[in-house]
Amino acid sequence: MSEDLLKVEGLKAYYQMNYFGVQREVRAVDDITMSVRKNEIYGIAGESSSGKTSFIKVLAAAIRPPMRIVAGSVKYDFKGLAMDVATATPAQIEAARWKHLSYIMQGSMSVLNPVRRIGKTFEDFAQKPLGLRGDAFRQRVLGHLDRLKLRPDVLNAYPHELSGGMRQRVTIGLATVCHPEFVIADEPTTALDVVVQKEVLALIREIQQEMGSSVVFVTHDMSVHANMTDRVGIIYAGRLVEEGPTRQMFFAPRHPYTAHLVASLPRIGDTTQRPALEGRPPNLANPPQGCRFHPRCPLVVDKCKSEVPPLITVANDHRSACWRWQDVEPLVNPQAGHGVPA
Amino acid sequence: MSTLLDVKDVSKHFTMGGLLSRKVVRAVESASLSLSVEKPEIFTIIGESGSGKTTLARMILGLELPSSGEISFRGKTVSHRVGRKERLQFMANVQPVFQNPFEAFNPLKRIDRYLESTAKRFLKRSDRAGLEQAMDGALQKVGLSLAEVKGRYPHEMSGGQLQRAAIARALIPNPPLLVADEPVSMVDASLRMSIVNLLKSLRDDLGVSVIYITHDLATAYYISNRLIIMQRGQIVEMGDARAVLDNPEHPYSRLLKASVLSTEDAGSGKLGTDPGMVALAGELVGQSGRLVDRPDGRLVRVY
Repeated sequence: MSEDLLKVEGLKAYYQMNYFGVQREVRAVDDITMSVRKNEIYGIAGESSSGKTSFIKVLAAAIRPPMRIVAGSVKYDFKGLAMDVATATPAQIEAARWKHLSYIMQGSMSVLNPVRRIGKTFEDFAQKPLGLRGDAFRQRVLGHLDRLKLRPDVLNAYPHELSGGMRQRVTIGLATVCHPEFVIADEPTTALDVVVQKEVLALIREIQQEMGSSVVFVTHDMSVHANMTDRVGIIYAGRLVEEGPTRQMFFAPRHPYTAHLVASLPRIGDTTQRPALEGRPPNLANPPQGCRFHPRCPLVVDKCKSEVPPLITVANDHRSACWRWQDVEPLVNPQAGHGVPA
Repeated sequence: MSTLLDVKDVSKHFTMGGLLSRKVVRAVESASLSLSVEKPEIFTIIGESGSGKTTLARMILGLELPSSGEISFRGKTVSHRVGRKERLQFMANVQPVFQNPFEAFNPLKRIDRYLESTAKRFLKRSDRAGLEQAMDGALQKVGLSLAEVKGRYPHEMSGGQLQRAAIARALIPNPPLLVADEPVSMVDASLRMSIVNLLKSLRDDLGVSVIYITHDLATAYYISNRLIIMQRGQIVEMGDARAVLDNPEHPYSRLLKASVLSTEDAGSGKLGTDPGMVALAGELVGQSGRLVDRPDGRLVRVY
């Protein structure tokens, strides 16, 4: 086992609102315990409104009211800087940001300032954490752009002059120019076309391996997880329901939700009927009792409706929160059909 | 065999810029396809952004006029410059489904009001019982019911439910043809298959033809009968979906297929794309070439 860079223990982050005397509490992150090791890509999967964005906001130390950490800890073990997001001072967060802890954002068009040249954006972003000025700074940025296979003249371009794939590469460049130890990538390829998507994914992986950093990769597309990540954690309604090595998650899932996500992926070369999961994700302001997946679960028993299943180790490095994890079977054989040659 | 929709050598050019910096964008370049009345099918248009697939769909819906060529629906030319009566009649036969259901519905309007106005306009009914019956019937086809939808606003439903409601709205006039522009790309993974399976059952059980526009080859393989692959406005390959995707011939189609992420070697982290393939597909952009027939019935562009 390699060392952990990030340890999350019993994390609860709620949105607490009090409008006109009506109190409302949304339990977006409810009791998550997980860790991210050094030099790995950890995937987080979950649908919209599952709380995955709230979770990564906590990881990125970008907590703003009405969200609040109610319980638990988020401990980073950076080189020469250990910090707990739950108790960190703004100065500590400032010191860690970009240099140690970085973030690749989703919409590359809304991340980059449309009226500023890319070179200026790089200066705004990285000059302070890198502590370099003038020519030394320019050389550093150019060296980094070369690694991203971007030509030096993108620095003089405005965001709208670049294609979607190039813009996304620029945002990856911004996030990685300071060689951070921990990078959060929030759906970085969702808006891209298939060909460009694959290029960008390969680039993120390449950069990660060169720098030896850890990446938390968030997307709802399971086929991206299959090709990108070392381990995957599945979040459903604010809880981590299953976590394990990517291969095991696809070939031997131990939670019915994961089994469904994997089974519903269509593949070229296979036209058998794919099952669709009925129902909708629960409202986090009023989640169901017991296991939050039980209203949609095909394996539901009475116990699921009243008792919350704990996240227990079911195999080597593989944890699942299901009372009936032993009965979960992969719904389709991932190797059926002749598929796409690699 | 009579034709339902006939697209003949259709091109669309847009002119950009002013007098001095005029630039012509060839969005669609002599596209031809036809659907028959007797055999309902899911006809898929695959392409990346900027390939002209949405422009082609807008021309089929009569929202844009082609620069050259002709689109006809049941023998009548499709255009928005016709009398109101004729246009309404066309709209009752060809209905759109859009990409993002949250943008397609006005957030301040209840969903049943959309359904109701569609029913009023196309079924020409005004009695409450008849309208409700038509609305409920359409909703039942997509696995919802009027009781579930009535009085609710778009934000009260999940993306998958809302997209189904959008399809139900399109089904009210009993159209023989639906044009669905990326109907699943904004829907969550767990709900995506319910929409795709719904399109499949519309074809199989109700005999509705669907023009399905997507960039996702895997769902295209799963549901479509025939498909065309478009690259920068040109059709590069066309034919039976299974035959084309099992063994694509055009370099661009091959590149697309090679870029689909598979789950077979999950966890191995293979992400390389052959750079030769990308270069080869890139070189062909802008060359005109011509479409030739192959023995298995597909058309491929050769240069």
